[in-house]
Amino acid sequence: MLTLNHFLTLSFILFSIGVAGVLLRRNILIVLMSLELVFNAVNISFAAFAYYLQSLTGLVVVIFSITIAAAEVAVGLAILVVVYRRRKTVYVDDLNEMRG
Amino acid sequence: MVDFVWLIPFLPLMGAIINGIIGSRIGRKAVGLTGCLTVSVSFLSSIPILLKLLSFPPEQRSIEVTIFNWITSGKFQIDVSFLIDPLSCLMVLVVTGVGLLIHIYSIGYMHTDKAYWRYFSFLNLFIFFMLMLVLAANYLVMFLGWEGVGLCSYLLIGFWYEKKSASDAGKKAFVVNRVGDFGFLLGLFLLFWSASAQGIYSLRFKEIFENAHLLNPTALTAITLLLFAGAVGKSAQFPLHVWLPDAMEGPTPVSALIHAATMVTAGIYMVARNNVLFALAPFTGELVAIVGMFTALFAASIALAQNDIKRVLAYSTISQLGYMFAAVGIGAYAAGIFHLMTHAFFKGLLFLGAGSVMHAMSGEQDMRNMGGLYRRLKVTSLTFIVGAVAIAGIPPLSGFWSKDEILFEAFNGGHYLLWAVGLLTASLTAFYMFRQVFLVFAGKCRADEHARQHIHESPKVMTNPLIVLAALAIIGGVVGIPFFEGGSPLHHYLEPVFGKNVAHPLAALTANPQSAAHGSLEWLLMGISTAAGLLGILLAALMYFEPFKSRGPSFINPEVLSVKFKALYALLSNKYYIDEIYDALIVNPIKRFCRLCFSFDLAVIDGLVNGAGWMTRFAAWLSHKFDIYLVDGIFNSMATMVDFSSGFWRRLQTGYLQNYALIFVVGLLLVIGGLLAIH
Repeated sequence: MLTLNHFLTLSFILFSIGVAGVLLRRNILIVLMSLELVFNAVNISFAAFAYYLQSLTGLVVVIFSITIAAAEVAVGLAILVVVYRRRKTVYVDDLNEMRG
Repeated sequence: MVDFVWLIPFLPLMGAIINGIIGSRIGRKAVGLTGCLTVSVSFLSSIPILLKLLSFPPEQRSIEVTIFNWITSGKFQIDVSFLIDPLSCLMVLVVTGVGLLIHIYSIGYMHTDKAYWRYFSFLNLFIFFMLMLVLAANYLVMFLGWEGVGLCSYLLIGFWYEKKSASDAGKKAFVVNRVGDFGFLLGLFLLFWSASAQGIYSLRFKEIFENAHLLNPTALTAITLLLFAGAVGKSAQFPLHVWLPDAMEGPTPVSALIHAATMVTAGIYMVARNNVLFALAPFTGELVAIVGMFTALFAASIALAQNDIKRVLAYSTISQLGYMFAAVGIGAYAAGIFHLMTHAFFKGLLFLGAGSVMHAMSGEQDMRNMGGLYRRLKVTSLTFIVGAVAIAGIPPLSGFWSKDEILFEAFNGGHYLLWAVGLLTASLTAFYMFRQVFLVFAGKCRADEHARQHIHESPKVMTNPLIVLAALAIIGGVVGIPFFEGGSPLHHYLEPVFGKNVAHPLAALTANPQSAAHGSLEWLLMGISTAAGLLGILLAALMYFEPFKSRGPSFINPEVLSVKFKALYALLSNKYYIDEIYDALIVNPIKRFCRLCFSFDLAVIDGLVNGAGWMTRFAAWLSHKFDIYLVDGIFNSMATMVDFSSGFWRRLQTGYLQNYALIFVVGLLLVIGGLLAIH
């Protein structure tokens, strides 16, 4: 029997992997992919809560969230392409112009 | 008829303008033609004016033609107007006649010059100004012409301005003339001032002369002295004679026209024109005579030791001008003007002859490198000898009559010293002229091989004017021969200008037999002056003519003499060191003064300007420092403070994306932890 805790645990594990990926990987492409993991971990928990609370609001939020994630990825990849063209690199360590 | 007198000066002016503006484009033939044609029309149109003048009774032979009003100021009025009287008519004929011959000669002489058109333009301009000078009916127009001929003289002396000596000579002539012209101008001021004190607001000759007796005698003496100073400059008399020998740097026809025949005689003309004023100032007259005769002897003695063919003639010109001044100084105006006329003929001839010789000798001017030219240059040498005989005063050539008349007037007027000096000068003149003739035309040719082969007679366009001038030099004296009833025709002709007081004693002889003593005196004096001339020629022959030289006594051998009297020879060949004296006394002090002014300028004036500059720079430097340290300091220190105080916090901004994300996550965990702890 799958309980809410199972979903939340899965969501937590995916979220942690995503955050770890965002914090530790140097390749922006991988960082973006890890970010997708974080999104989808949250989506899982939204969907799980919607199922157990029998409320449609959570599902609607999931749909919104996926849409926004798609747009975000499109923008993110576009920036990535431009960054690569200009800098010939996709490693976040090399992009530290904002240093004070 | 006489209303068209303005054409006479106007035509040469037109010629000058045409040649000056389009001369470089119309070709050599047209330039020469323009130059000669304008002058010849002027010459031809002055003949009917002379005839017209002679048709009037003598006392009416003075016509004033006003062309236009020039200056009007209150009661004072100056017109551009011409005075036609026997004197100006004679001068116009001499200027245009001799000028025409020299224009024609120039066509040949200048035919290879690259600035042919410029030459003819200047020459025509000179004729214009000279005609303005002699035709003027008032002092201001005369002064205009006077300055104009000076300008043309400067332009033509420095015609070959690429040559430093030529441009220097031009400047020298101009500056020395300026000294005299300043005197002339001051004389005019004084004349106007003292005339206006008598209520005569005019500078017209007629009015001034009619009222001359009203003027203050002292002022009149000063006026005449100042006018004479102008004449001394223009006519190259001692002590302002130094420019004329140097003026020989110009083309030879220019020397003939300006520095022998016409311009330099302007001084004599001016004194003669002002005879009324000079008659009222006996002191000035005496001074004129003394300066003139001294210059005559002085220049003649320099001419003895010159070797440059043109310089001998230049000193000869100065000497002859001195003769003329002596004549006008003692009141023998007609004799002076007569000598002026004959001198224009024979000295123009001699200069043109010298030019022909130089033309043949490839520009050689040193007589020591000539000799024996008679065989190659028949026409030139014959005409030159005619000129030399004329100037030496051998009858019946023109020079004899005019020179003898001056000597006679001096003797007759009781100026025995002037007469003696004049006689000595006449002898010297004959000597140096024939020294020149023998050195140039007789003996063996001393030129180098190259020049010798080039020797050739000049073209017809040059020799024909020589022949005409030689004819004039022979017969030009006819008008002054005193054997006619009532005096010589020239005296008679000039009487309306100079008055009757200069009637010749020989004329008196024919009119009044009682003055027979005077007549025989005249014959005696004629004999003496002829003998003086012949003596000079004989001495020259003994010293410089080979066949005589070898047989003559050895103590007059020129080489021996120049060694024996070394100091005297050096004195003469260095022109009495006058140039050196002027350099030491005037030129160099002025230069030193200029240098002093220059150093004053450099130290004080420039010092002030530079000081102001330095002050500004110092102020700017101060302001700069103030800006840098104080103004900039405040801003910089504020920035530094901000920079310093932000030093710690900016370390947070590592620029690493993941750092920010880490802080973000840590913060999130802290918030969650906090929330959990509260619950």
